[in-house]
Amino acid sequence: MSVELDVFVGNTTIMDKEVYQLWLNGYTVNDAVKVRIEGGVMEECEASAEVLLSDTMDQYRTFQMCERLLHHPAKLANQLLFQIPPDRQAMLIERYYAFDDLFVREVLGKKLSKGTKKDLDDVSTKTGITLKSCRRQFDNFKRVFKVVEELKGPLVENIRQHFLLPDQLARDYAAIVFFANNRFETGKKKLQYLTFQDFAFCAGQLINNWTLGAVDNMMEDMDVDLDKEFLQDLKDLKILITDKDLLDQHKSLVCTALRGKTNVYNEMEANFKNLSRGLVNIAAKLINAKDVRDFFIDLVEKFIEPCRSDKWTSIDMNLYLTHYTNSAHILDTFKHHAVWTRYMGVIKSCILRLYHD
Amino acid sequence: MPGKLKAKIVAGRHLPVMDRASDLTDAFVEVKFGNTTFKTDVYPKSLNPQWNSEWFKFEVDDEDLQDEPLQITVLDHDTYSANDAIGKVYIDIDPLLCSEAATVISGWLPIYDTIHGIRGEINVLVKVDLFNDLNRFRQSSCGVKFFCTTSIPRCYRAIMVHGFVEELVVNEDPEYQWIDRIRTPRASNEARQRLIFLMSGELQRKIGLKVLEMGGNAVVGYLQCFDLEGESGLVVRAIGTACTLEKISTFPATATHPSNSSPSKDMKEPVFGEEAPGVPLSSGPPTPLRAQTFSSFSPSKSYSRQSSSSDTELSLTPKTVGIFLCPSAPALEYESSPLPSAHLPLHLRPRMASMSSTPPPFHVSQSDSAMLRKSVSFSEELLLAASGMGSGGSAGKDAGPLKALLKQQTQSALEQREYPFFTLTVFPPGFLLHVGGVVSARSVKLLDRIHNPDEPETRDAWWEEIRQEIKSHAKSLGCHAVVGYSESTSICEEVCILSASGTAAILSSRFMQDGPLDTELRLSQQPLCVFSTGSERVEGDMGSSASLGFEEVVSPGCGFCHIPYDELNIPFPAQLTYCYCCRRYKVPDVLFTTIDLPTEASVTGKGCLIQARLCRTKKKAQGEVNAMAISNLLPFLEYELHTQLMNKLKLRGMNALFGLRIQISVGETMLLGLASATGVYLTALPSPGGIQIVGKTPSDITYEQHISNMQKKINDTITKNKELYEINPPEVVEEIIGSPIPEPRQRSRLFRSHSESSDDVSEIDLSHGKKDAFVLEIDDTDAVEDIHALLTDSPTPAGFYSCNTEIMPGIQNWTSAIQMFTSVRVFRLNANLTNQGLNKIFSDLCENLLKSLYFKLRSMVPCCLCHLNFTVAIPEDELIQVAVTAVALSFDKVQTLENGKQSGEKTPIKAITENDEQLQFNLELNAETSSSSISPKGLSEVGSHPSARAPSVDYSSFADRCSSWIEQLKLKAHTIRRGSVKTTSSMEKASPLPEGRSRSLRSNRSYSGSSVAVVKMTPLSFIPGAKIIKYLGIINMFFIRETSSLREEGGVSGFLHTFIAEVFAMVRAHVAALGGNAVVSYSMKECVFMENPNKNQAQCLINVSGDAVIFVRESELELTSVQPQSATTQTSNGGEGT
Repeated sequence: MSVELDVFVGNTTIMDKEVYQLWLNGYTVNDAVKVRIEGGVMEECEASAEVLLSDTMDQYRTFQMCERLLHHPAKLANQLLFQIPPDRQAMLIERYYAFDDLFVREVLGKKLSKGTKKDLDDVSTKTGITLKSCRRQFDNFKRVFKVVEELKGPLVENIRQHFLLPDQLARDYAAIVFFANNRFETGKKKLQYLTFQDFAFCAGQLINNWTLGAVDNMMEDMDVDLDKEFLQDLKDLKILITDKDLLDQHKSLVCTALRGKTNVYNEMEANFKNLSRGLVNIAAKLINAKDVRDFFIDLVEKFIEPCRSDKWTSIDMNLYLTHYTNSAHILDTFKHHAVWTRYMGVIKSCILRLYHD
Repeated sequence: MPGKLKAKIVAGRHLPVMDRASDLTDAFVEVKFGNTTFKTDVYPKSLNPQWNSEWFKFEVDDEDLQDEPLQITVLDHDTYSANDAIGKVYIDIDPLLCSEAATVISGWLPIYDTIHGIRGEINVLVKVDLFNDLNRFRQSSCGVKFFCTTSIPRCYRAIMVHGFVEELVVNEDPEYQWIDRIRTPRASNEARQRLIFLMSGELQRKIGLKVLEMGGNAVVGYLQCFDLEGESGLVVRAIGTACTLEKISTFPATATHPSNSSPSKDMKEPVFGEEAPGVPLSSGPPTPLRAQTFSSFSPSKSYSRQSSSSDTELSLTPKTVGIFLCPSAPALEYESSPLPSAHLPLHLRPRMASMSSTPPPFHVSQSDSAMLRKSVSFSEELLLAASGMGSGGSAGKDAGPLKALLKQQTQSALEQREYPFFTLTVFPPGFLLHVGGVVSARSVKLLDRIHNPDEPETRDAWWEEIRQEIKSHAKSLGCHAVVGYSESTSICEEVCILSASGTAAILSSRFMQDGPLDTELRLSQQPLCVFSTGSERVEGDMGSSASLGFEEVVSPGCGFCHIPYDELNIPFPAQLTYCYCCRRYKVPDVLFTTIDLPTEASVTGKGCLIQARLCRTKKKAQGEVNAMAISNLLPFLEYELHTQLMNKLKLRGMNALFGLRIQISVGETMLLGLASATGVYLTALPSPGGIQIVGKTPSDITYEQHISNMQKKINDTITKNKELYEINPPEVVEEIIGSPIPEPRQRSRLFRSHSESSDDVSEIDLSHGKKDAFVLEIDDTDAVEDIHALLTDSPTPAGFYSCNTEIMPGIQNWTSAIQMFTSVRVFRLNANLTNQGLNKIFSDLCENLLKSLYFKLRSMVPCCLCHLNFTVAIPEDELIQVAVTAVALSFDKVQTLENGKQSGEKTPIKAITENDEQLQFNLELNAETSSSSISPKGLSEVGSHPSARAPSVDYSSFADRCSSWIEQLKLKAHTIRRGSVKTTSSMEKASPLPEGRSRSLRSNRSYSGSSVAVVKMTPLSFIPGAKIIKYLGIINMFFIRETSSLREEGGVSGFLHTFIAEVFAMVRAHVAALGGNAVVSYSMKECVFMENPNKNQAQCLINVSGDAVIFVRESELELTSVQPQSATTQTSNGGEGT
């Protein structure tokens, strides 16, 4: 004796948020039922485990049928198969495209390829997130990437419109796409202390300031790639470290400004040339795609780590970077003010964001 | 050339990829109607083609317009090979043929393929230009409106109810015509779909013709069914009620006819009901008021004349002998006979038991075509017996020749019809006078090939027999009509069970035209005389019959419960008591009907769904042997179902069932019976007794203990249920008044042994309500089973109510949250189960399904599952399929409580006033009571034929209870018109369907802007909190879906889930294309699911129907109708001035 077939179809599609989340989390039906039983829904509604199982299976089936539509969220609104109220649709989409920070840290900056997908089981064991959920999240990244890759115009806006995502989520996806496209290295041990939101913040800075779209959003090109011309111009900044006079002048200006205002003045003074070389070298190398990938490692290795070992506080850091940036403009022979501002603006906010334990 | 059909293909979207190489599609469209086909250009390389075609014009006969669907096929162009079909859309043109329905079909319709399901959508525009054809011999019936709704549609008024229309068409089933068994699934499915579309169209046209012939313009309660008879063919049949409807035009109309304009008005009736008795009571003799009623009515309107003739019916009804069944009586028959088939007397169950009662060899030899014919003589015999009884019985007490004459006259109106059947379940006010009991008939047939599709004579003859029988059952119940009538079949291989059931009733001829008009005129004066005699108070010699004549004045919400017959002539032991509302007339202890609860009925507490479930194994057999075995089993099945219903009803402390639907399904090795109904406590009927358990061997102490435990359990359950359903009838009042009834009955008894019960029958004292018992004897294994069945029904969780009728009594303030759903379960059984095991499994299956529904819908609490419609089938050996379609309606709890209080406060007052008047009649009634109970005639009737007659009716007709329902409406209408404004307005708020009246008629104008994006679906005939402003036509769709990759589609559940969702989607899309925003009276009439897991295949057929409508929310209405409303008041003022 067994239930051979068991379906429930409502004119308005009934979806339980809790079950949806369990489904998204990649729980099997049986595990989901266990979780629900522990959640106490049974006592609440005088239900039996059997009823719960039937309901869970039914919901899972509904979600599976909807999944196809969720891949193209715009379709969800004008499809005829399921009658879902608009607020429910928004919830479905938002949750479907939501991701775990733990997971995204693992794949951030990696090529969204089949190879990466194959390694997802390692990611799954490492993060404790079910493989199913990992796959969904990975596929979401890939899907968004593929659609946006070809589109003109502002990245975040494109994502928001095509996937009907709320603003914050669209920004996160923009970061993911941007990282994947530029293949920034985020997995090295030195970068482990950074959260996804740290990177997302930096990505936002980069997108807003260093891409073609940042200069002119009427441009044919897109937000995904860095402004080549700008990268080229960055090489000119090298003068700040190659020209001995300039370097000394720069140092004295900064030191004058900071004297007495910071507890780490001595360390700063001693390290100034190293730090400056570090930052300018990063700028100068960005024209090479390979060095772009190492952007964050370089930032951490060349700047953040030395400062941290000298026990700079964030306030010290802020002070230093502000004066470091501004002083360059006072230098007589330094001509590349625009490029410098564009570069240092991003660098400063990124470093400030990344400078924590 | 009376019609020009125009179609334009605008665009497509979400098309599937047909060309793997380019991931695109080169789509074009073929538009076909009849034999003409047009094509659009190919729109290359797009999944969202924009054809924007010219208008394709088809010049066709309107006959074809009715029969044929417009077929739209979307194809992928392929240069080198044959074009691939993407999918099809069938568009039913019918809604466009009626001026009052839709004018254009325009919108996105899903493109459907029987193998792949929905594959994108297509945007089309369809219009029809109709030329008037006055040819008298035309074959078309354009313009006849069809409604699935089983009540008068909300924005119409019934001018005339003509009666029963039926038709069936047969054809070969394409599924079985493939040569050499080579079957191409897509071609076969499409041929079938198309054929059924054609057949439905033809059927509808033919029914329409019949309606026109009768002078009607609409069919209400249209019920169309398919019989997939396998190799013997395909039958499409339909029944309905022909009516002349008038659109409730504008404000003045409703203002002048408040009583009959819309069913929503029914809601007000309880209030009038309460007031009505009050008026005459205070003034003493009720006559003056009555006179007024008449004078104000009869001259003015044609229908009022007819309604006065309905009064004649009133006075007649008591004469008609109802053959009545006491639920306990049948027990003797069955329990006693060890070999029931042999024992069943010939006149038992003329139809159902025909196989068993007839000497089989005789019949077999007669039926040459292997079709089992049965002799009609049995029913005739019964008829004779019944009528003989009737005349004999009534002769003694006949009040005079006048009444006999009246009776003949009024009945003749209906008897002139072939079948006085009505598929309605809700009636226009004043139409339904008396409710008899449930009548049903079943017949087992062997299918044979339909040789000549144009002459479907055998199928016609089968149904004719059944209908004749229903008619005769109704007659034997003293009723001239059958309401809430429906027909169904269950087919397994070559065996087919045909079933029909309805509620015997007496109707007012007010809405019927057949009766000779002058006769009615003449007669209409006579009742007046009767009444004038009545004004001098009913004297003793007039007896009950005379007093019954006045019932219309007195009866508020209890009138229809009063027995319509003379208790002297009851040929069986029925438990009669005085009506608990008015205390003047007798009522039965239990009432079963197939109709909806009349809105004016006064009900105590809330109702609930009651189901009886039963499984019976049978041996595998072939042909006639099989048919014989089945028909032998049927009576037992029905009896058991009946007993279960009765027990469960008592367990819930209720006394009446509405919406009773008994489904018997046949499989190779078992029969399945499922009876669903909504139990309520009718205030007018006596409180049901408890259930008493008696052990047969009282010596054993532990056994006694066991029994007393069970007894306690049962008593507790009853108490709990009474609390749950808020059943607390005002019993105190009766004590104060000193009712004429010696002792309210506390319990009834179920007799389980022959000897005991036969004794009881002879000594039963009809009117004294002697302490009878509803006894379950525990040594009887069946009884143990019964008790288990009783106690395993778990109560609905907190916040939930359920019923299978349209509305739940006691709940009024529905919110606008509605959720329609369909749930299907298939259960696989183990082989070799006993009957008991099967029963338990089946019962659990239904219970679990309900539990799942409650759980699913928990977010809607407090809510009520309405119109719970269960369908059972045995798709294969060892499989049970249960499908449920229902709607969950949320309601506002706070207000409910308030209402409850209000009604609670009102009831005692009402009772007192009624009882005041009551006293005046006490003497006469008492006298009569005693005389009738002593009357030797009555006794001999009961005593002499208890075994033969009483059960015979019960089994053959399954008629449970009879009761009269006396018309109150004119009086009420009168009250309304006299302007009890306060009542009206307050009721409007409280009514479950607060449909505004005059102002809501301003529909069309206010609607225009509404969005059609969301389409509501509901099996109910209304949408809570909204007003239906237009009916756009009937939706009747048939789909087949097949797969050969079952596993890949998520197994059987995934497959069916998708299919049902697709069907919903297609219904919604077609409704939206008609311009509608809801489907009401939606039902899934067929869901045939077949699987072959080994081959990874499954197939499913679904047939759905409903009425496409436009509704407007009450709130919106209020906003938009401010202006028109002022106009309304002006006009109505003007009207009053004149």
